[in-house]
Amino acid sequence: MVDERKEKIVAKDLNCWFGKAPSVKALNISIYENEILGVIGPSNSGKTTFLRTINRLNELNNNFKQTGQVLLDGKDVNSLDTESLRKRCGMVFALPLPLPMSIYENVGYGPIRHGIKSKKEIDEIVEKSLISASLWDEVKDRLDASAMKLSGGQQQRLCIARTLAVEPEVILYDEPCSGLDPISTAKVEETMLELKKKYTIILVTNNVKQASRVSDRTAFFLMGELVEIDKTSNLFVSPKDQRTEGYITGRYG
Amino acid sequence: MNAKISQKIAFSVLFLVTLFIIIPVLIIVFIIIKEGASAISWEFLFTAPKDGMRAGGIFPAIVGTLSIVLCAIAITLPMGVMAAIYINEYARDNLLTRIIKLSIVNLAGVPSVVYGLFGLGVFVMFLKMGVSIIAGALTLSIMELPVIITTSRNALNAVPQSFREASLSLGVSKWQTIRHIVLPNALPGIMTGAILSIARISGETAPILFTAAAFYVPHLPRSVFDQVMALPYHLYIISTQIPNMPRNITYGTALTLLMLVLAMSVTAISLRIYFRKKKKW
Repeated sequence: MVDERKEKIVAKDLNCWFGKAPSVKALNISIYENEILGVIGPSNSGKTTFLRTINRLNELNNNFKQTGQVLLDGKDVNSLDTESLRKRCGMVFALPLPLPMSIYENVGYGPIRHGIKSKKEIDEIVEKSLISASLWDEVKDRLDASAMKLSGGQQQRLCIARTLAVEPEVILYDEPCSGLDPISTAKVEETMLELKKKYTIILVTNNVKQASRVSDRTAFFLMGELVEIDKTSNLFVSPKDQRTEGYITGRYG
Repeated sequence: MNAKISQKIAFSVLFLVTLFIIIPVLIIVFIIIKEGASAISWEFLFTAPKDGMRAGGIFPAIVGTLSIVLCAIAITLPMGVMAAIYINEYARDNLLTRIIKLSIVNLAGVPSVVYGLFGLGVFVMFLKMGVSIIAGALTLSIMELPVIITTSRNALNAVPQSFREASLSLGVSKWQTIRHIVLPNALPGIMTGAILSIARISGETAPILFTAAAFYVPHLPRSVFDQVMALPYHLYIISTQIPNMPRNITYGTALTLLMLVLAMSVTAISLRIYFRKKKKW
C-alpha cells in the first residue's frame, strides 16, 4: 500500500523558530514519491515554514533557526548545496511571481542560468514546459510579450512552467491558487494531477476543498504541530482528531 | 467653526507655505540671469580668461570642473554600488556591518571643508599626488560615497524581495540572481542617484580648494596630475579677490555653473521618467 512506496522527503524531529516564536514543533512526516500531499491548516500553523525548510528558503530570513532534519532521498538537505537542492525542489509561490521579462525569458531563465547555451535546446525546454503547465496554446504566438501582461491565472501557470523548466523532482506549491478565480484554479489543479505522474508534490493550501480534490494524502497542521495525516479519503470522511474535524467542517480557521 | 471650513483654512495655509519654496528659486534664477546673461557668448564659454580675468572666457574652468567631476564619479560610482550590493545583499547583521553602516552615516555628516583638509593631507601631501585633478576627484569621491551608497541601497531595496525568491527557488545562485535580476531592476534608481551626485559635486568648492583648483591656468589639463581651474572656485576668486571685476562676468560664471547643474538634474529626471515608463511591475 501507500506506505511501501519510496520515501522522497522525510522530516525528523523538525523544530523551527523565527526569533523566539516557534513556528514548527517536533514535526515528523514522510512524503512518498509521486504522491500529492495536501497540507491544510489555518494561517500561522507552520505549513509554509515547513515547505520552505525543504528548499531552504527560510534561510533568507536572518532570524530563522532550525533543529532536526529534513531528508531528501535520505540525504540531509542542509548537507546539499542550495543551488542543486533548489533545482531539485521547485517552488510555486502564493502570488504569481513572474520576473519582469518576456514569457520566453521567464521560462528559459532557469535553464540559461544553469548553463544551457544552445538556443534550440532552450526553445525545446520552453515549449515542453509551457505544454506541461497547459499554457502553451494560450501564449505560443506571443512568447516575446511581457509576462506581466498575462492574467493572474496565466501568470501562475507560467511560474509552474518556469519551475518545470529546470527539471525538478519535487514541486512545492505554497497556496498556489489563493489569488486565482475558480476557473484558473481548476486549470492549475488539472496540471497538478498531470504532473503527479512524474513529480512528487506537496500542496500547501488554505482551501480545504482543494486538498480534498487533488491530494492523495492530507496533513492537518495547527499551531506548528502536525495534528493528523492520513489518506485524503479517510481524513475527510472520518478524521481521528476532533480538531481536524472542527477545521474541515469549518468550525474554525 | 465647521469641519469643512477648518479643512479649507488648513489646506490653504499648507499651500501658501509650500508656495514660498518657489520664491527663493525664482529670485536666484532671475537675478543671475538678469545680471549674467549679457556675458554669455561663444567667446565667454570657449576661450581662456584675459587681462587678469577681467575679460575673456571661462573655458578652462568649465573643462576643469567637468574633468574633476567625471573622474570623481568614475571612482565613486563603482565603489559605492559594490559596497551597497555587499551591505544589502550579502552582509549579515553583525558588529562589523553595524560599524560599516555607522561609518557611512558619519561620513555623510562630515563638513565639506574637512574633506578638503583630509584630501590635502592624504592625497596631495602623503600620497604625493600634488594639487591635481586626481587628488580633487578622490577627495570628492570619498565625500560622495555615502550618498551613492545610500541611493544605491534604496534602489536595491525597491526591487521586490519576491523577485529574488523566485530566482533563488529555481536553484539560480545568489550572485547570478543579483547580476541578472536585482541589478538590472535597480539600475534606473542607481543612475538617478549618480547623476544627482554629479550635479551636487559640480558645485562643491571646499573639497577642491586645497586639492585640485588653481587660481589661474590658461591652458587645458594634459593629464590627471595637472591642476585645473574649476567653476565654483573661479567664481569665488573673481567675486572676492579681484578688484574692478566686471559684474556681468561674475554673474555669467554663476549662470554657467547653474546651467551645468540644471542640465544634469534634468537628465536625471528625464532618465527616471523614461525608466518608470519602462518598468514592468
